Amino acid sequence: MEFIQQLVNGLSLGSIYALIALGYTMVYGIVKLINFAHGDVFMVGSFVGFYAITFLELSFLPALLLSMTACAVLGVLIERIAYKPLRNATRIAALITAIGVSLFIEYGMIYIRGAQIEAYPNDVVPSANIDIFGVTVKSQSILILGVAILLMVLLQIIVHRTKIGKAMRAVSFDADAAKLMGISVNNTISVTFAIGSALAGAAGVIFGVYYTRIEPLMGILPGLKAFVAAVLGGIGIIPGAMVGGLLLGMIEALVSAAGFSLWRDAAAFVVLILILLFMPQGLFGKNKKEKV
Amino acid sequence: MAIFRRMNGFFGMMILALLFFFIMQYIITAGIVGSFYTNMIITMGINIIIAVSLHLILGITGQFSIGQAGFLAVGAFVSAIMTMKLELPFLLSIIIGGVIAAAVGMLIGIPSLRLKGDYLAIATLGFGEIVRIIFLNMDYVGGASGMMVTHKTTWGWLFLWMMITILVVRNFTNSTHGRACISIREDETASDAMGINTTYYKVAAFVIGAFFTGIAGALYSHNFYFIQPANFNFLKSFDILIFVVLGGLGSLSGTVIAAVLLTFVTTFLSDYPETRMLLYSLVLIVMMIYRPQGLLGTREISSLFSRKTKGGPKDGNQQTIA
Repeated sequence: MEFIQQLVNGLSLGSIYALIALGYTMVYGIVKLINFAHGDVFMVGSFVGFYAITFLELSFLPALLLSMTACAVLGVLIERIAYKPLRNATRIAALITAIGVSLFIEYGMIYIRGAQIEAYPNDVVPSANIDIFGVTVKSQSILILGVAILLMVLLQIIVHRTKIGKAMRAVSFDADAAKLMGISVNNTISVTFAIGSALAGAAGVIFGVYYTRIEPLMGILPGLKAFVAAVLGGIGIIPGAMVGGLLLGMIEALVSAAGFSLWRDAAAFVVLILILLFMPQGLFGKNKKEKV
Repeated sequence: MAIFRRMNGFFGMMILALLFFFIMQYIITAGIVGSFYTNMIITMGINIIIAVSLHLILGITGQFSIGQAGFLAVGAFVSAIMTMKLELPFLLSIIIGGVIAAAVGMLIGIPSLRLKGDYLAIATLGFGEIVRIIFLNMDYVGGASGMMVTHKTTWGWLFLWMMITILVVRNFTNSTHGRACISIREDETASDAMGINTTYYKVAAFVIGAFFTGIAGALYSHNFYFIQPANFNFLKSFDILIFVVLGGLGSLSGTVIAAVLLTFVTTFLSDYPETRMLLYSLVLIVMMIYRPQGLLGTREISSLFSRKTKGGPKDGNQQTIA
């Protein structure tokens, strides 16, 4: 039963990774850029949620929506200011800019409000322990999983059933051809950043509710691990990010359960290196031939 | 005679360098500058070694490594174990630190250098974090609380290694092997088609870079009385990256100048670490938008003084990497 308990914990953590990984994968799919600042958007989302709950005294759902909106705006701003001028620059230049934006958000946050840790209040969502066949599950775990699955379903509907989703798929398939077909590439990229960042914001709030402790540098490690999750599932592939995130969360929980909790952070990077070496296209990816 | 004339410039530079060494040695030993500035000068030297080794990997070979802090950690901890636990002489422990870092570099380089661009960057970043977590979990070196190290790094040792690093990297760049590395930077597929063993040269540059970063790590650990795994997190790797990017990807002198300049800024902003990081990040973003080739691009400082020759190939003025 201990084992299943850990798996449930891993599933909660994994759904947070999955939500962040979705943003990575969507942005990578459309502009071929590893948005290093994505983990920091997650952090900002967590803080917006915190202030919405403590100062504005909102309940969980309005705070979640507010945080998602704020992050969407932040994501579009980042894209417009920092990444857009570099759309035709080399990959290294774009990657260095992304690192710069990430550091800017982290230390800008510390500069504005200091580096001290904040704690989410306990009573945001009713907490109870639910007993299912001898496995104790926190009600928060179920909430996290529910919100995450709802958002993922919503994303699938947006990507596959709406006009903008069709535009996103077209731009990620071939930006030039999409432009010729009359699709506004710039707007589509901005919408992609907005949706990805909103998901990260949601992840930030549910992270805060579940783990309570938040601080300005909290986005770095989950951000990197979410990237690992995106690579694990095959970068640029939306279902891949979901599966990769959940899988990574469970791997981490199992490593902790086996008594190596100090090595938990290393596990994600070992997974990354192994997957890059043996299966660089990821679990869901197709093998692409390199063209010269 | 031609070779003699060419060597003349080299010896001239060496004499100038020695002169510089003795002047600085006098300034430090005579106590003209306080320990604050002495420490700043030593840190500058260490940063120059680190930056020049990343210059070889990123600037010359074009392999995007952001796990340099991992090699730094290996060099620092291995050499500290050598002097503190096994009581070996300092020179020997520096070299062992470098060699082990190079061995780790080869171990990491052979599999991960098959990756390109972003993926390589993330893999090296992951490797750097793994190294840090390994040292964090090692009780032998004190775990998270770190270990005490005696102060052994002097200006003399530092200058010796700084000169060796710069000379090796400079001569490597101008050799057949260096040309091969530059061709990989410009176009890996094309240089592969020209018969260059790209894997070999990428790993070679990576290993040499790792070796000198390890040396710098050894000097670093024996300069501060205390080392902790937390000193070698990936923010350190980003710091190192900024030296190379600011100076110009592919410019040795630019890298050295950037290392000196940024160490200077860091030392004076050490009371305001947030301001420093904000400044750094803004520099990175603005630089990539307006001058992605860095301060000097691929040019060297010496080319600013040399007369322009008419006709002939204009090499080194074309920016291709960033």
